[in-house]
Amino acid sequence: MTDSSMSQPSYLNIKKGLFSWIFTLDHKRIGLLYLYSVGAFFLVGAALGVLMRLELLNPGGDLIEAQTYNQVFTLHGVIMIFLFIIPSIPAVFGNFFLPIMLGTDDVAFPRLNLMSWWLYVIGALFALSTLVFGDGPADTGWTFYAPYSVKTGTNVSMSVLAAFILGFSSILTGLNFIVTIHRLRAPGMGFNQMPLFSWALYATSWIQLLATPIIGITLLMIVAERMLGIGLFDPSIGGDPILYQHLFWIYSHPAVYIMALPAMGIVSEIIPTFAQRTIFGYKAIAYSSMAIAFVGYFVWGHHMFTSGMSGPAAYIFSILTFFVAIPTSIKVFNWLATMYKGSISIEVPLLYAVGFIFNFLIGGLTGLVNGALAADVHLHDTYFVVGHFHYVMFGGTGFAFFGALHYWFPKIWGKMYNKLVANVAFAIIFIGFNTLYFPMLILGIMGMPRRYYDYLPEFHSLNQISTYGSWILVSGLLLMIYNLIRGYFNGTKTTDNPWNGITLEWQTKSPPPLHNFDKAPELVKGGPYNYPNAIDGSH
Amino acid sequence: MEHSFVLPNSGHNYDAKASKLGMWLFLYTELLLFGGLFIVYMVYRSLNPDAFLIASFNLNVWMGTINTVVLLTSSMTIAMSITAVQLGNSKLSLQLLLLTVLAAVVFLVIKYFEWGAKIEHGLWPGMDHFISLSHGEQLYFFLYFFMTGLHGLHVIVGMIFIIVVMNKIKKGSINKDKNQLLENSGLYWHLVDLIWIYLFPLFYLIH
Repeated sequence: MTDSSMSQPSYLNIKKGLFSWIFTLDHKRIGLLYLYSVGAFFLVGAALGVLMRLELLNPGGDLIEAQTYNQVFTLHGVIMIFLFIIPSIPAVFGNFFLPIMLGTDDVAFPRLNLMSWWLYVIGALFALSTLVFGDGPADTGWTFYAPYSVKTGTNVSMSVLAAFILGFSSILTGLNFIVTIHRLRAPGMGFNQMPLFSWALYATSWIQLLATPIIGITLLMIVAERMLGIGLFDPSIGGDPILYQHLFWIYSHPAVYIMALPAMGIVSEIIPTFAQRTIFGYKAIAYSSMAIAFVGYFVWGHHMFTSGMSGPAAYIFSILTFFVAIPTSIKVFNWLATMYKGSISIEVPLLYAVGFIFNFLIGGLTGLVNGALAADVHLHDTYFVVGHFHYVMFGGTGFAFFGALHYWFPKIWGKMYNKLVANVAFAIIFIGFNTLYFPMLILGIMGMPRRYYDYLPEFHSLNQISTYGSWILVSGLLLMIYNLIRGYFNGTKTTDNPWNGITLEWQTKSPPPLHNFDKAPELVKGGPYNYPNAIDGSH
Repeated sequence: MEHSFVLPNSGHNYDAKASKLGMWLFLYTELLLFGGLFIVYMVYRSLNPDAFLIASFNLNVWMGTINTVVLLTSSMTIAMSITAVQLGNSKLSLQLLLLTVLAAVVFLVIKYFEWGAKIEHGLWPGMDHFISLSHGEQLYFFLYFFMTGLHGLHVIVGMIFIIVVMNKIKKGSINKDKNQLLENSGLYWHLVDLIWIYLFPLFYLIH
């Protein structure tokens, strides 16, 4: 390694063995550790989801009983929220690509980064231990609402402690990213020359940092109330359950932006690359991420319109909820305007990005229906809410996650998957997804409540369609995963820049060398998306 | 592994500003952790003003006052030790840090006797006397144990942090030019102090 023109070996080959992975300080390897762990939990969570849909194929408890169903949907929620969606994009792609996109060689605190992953693993073990130890996994729903979470005999304490530990993992990742963005940008890269994915992660990190501690302490109070019998949240011993709901949603509403904002960042990366055109409204997209993070902090009350809240408080929470739609739609219009008159190449990542916009539009607008006071009274705790949530989280964040996986796959492993199969898998996933979740919206409006293992006969046909959709979706997912794994083992070698992207990760090798760059990356003049051959050069 | 090219903005450089920024961000999360408890305190105090008042007479204001003075003094000694290191006087700095740790020990010992007296009176949640109290008083004592307990945990963590830092000063890896870790331990210690400054009036003084 004395010859300065010689390149370093890739991060994948530099060391071998299990310990070189689980104790690595390299942000790229930590990103992949997260990818494999969240991927595994996604499969577990998805399997539980399919199980529930199977139970709901016909009315009556013919597959699983009420109590088991309650535990299944709780475990599904806890796994999908705390072990999959929250860490998914930030911890996997943020870890891997944030330093490269900023033109640096690591995050600011590599050891803390490794510790985040270990905390994630410990939290996951806590969550899964409820399957084996104690009186079975929690049956409260992922929200752990008091007073039931205080009274139920299932192992709530362990699930709650898992969420507490996972929260710390999430806080440390956020802290690391904020410092990285402030301190390690390439020389000459101001905040407004950062790629939009970094902006999205920046906004996300602030939410992780400022919202998560509140849920941490609240969950500890649940444990204390269970152990010591203090009337904190259980009204039968003098506690206030509404206070619990406030404390819970003060975190958990901002947390949905932890889940959504990074996805918007991914879409903002994919679209300019495949339109070969500078992003429309760079600053509008960047600042709208911050605006969503900020306003998102003050809307938690919209989860509680039916729990008892003064009129003025309800109006204010409702209006603020509508405000969130403004920065969100600013982004959507900017993405569409970026594609307008671009030279679009329809590749798999772009399909996922456009799929994101379609699904997120439905998810976002149904969110406004929930945020409207009068409509919410009708729709609260119905299947409509479940449909809305999955449109935003799965149709939105999930699709962006898959899009990012296809977009950066050649950069991460230096190989290319089979594009035809990937296209087919996308089509199946898209059709399956909408078949699965759209009926839920209608069922909710018809009055079917959420979280029941059984339903009235008039809901039968739509439930059947939804269950068929889950089968289509799962076959699409399995095809996608098979195709990616095959690409990993047998894919054709790819070039350093297969999509002709211009953000900094495309200037280095595929896969990148251990320290990311063999020579200093060159910043693009005129902003991170200023494509040299842009047709109109608008900026 | 040697490598041929290092970026100017490498994440592996020593960066005091990054370290300081990281510490401040961490302190925000600590404030919010206690913030959740302050909200619960506020809500239940406003719902049970009389019970909280009656319960607060059980606390020993003198012990609380001494502890406040002890913690404030320790904040001063750690601040002085930072200046001492920056001026190149590692020996004085170590002495001042030793004083800080001693103050922490004094704080914990006093706390131990305070808690011990309460528990002897059966005020720990679940004990006989505790169960006979009104709901508001129960909440007061629960919050007292929970909040001062969490704070005590922070005192212990802070002590360990300071002892690690002392070790590094002895070895010379914290010195005149490179002392951000010491400053971070100071920031952490000030936070521990700051939270106590709120806990003290909330539990001992408000009438």
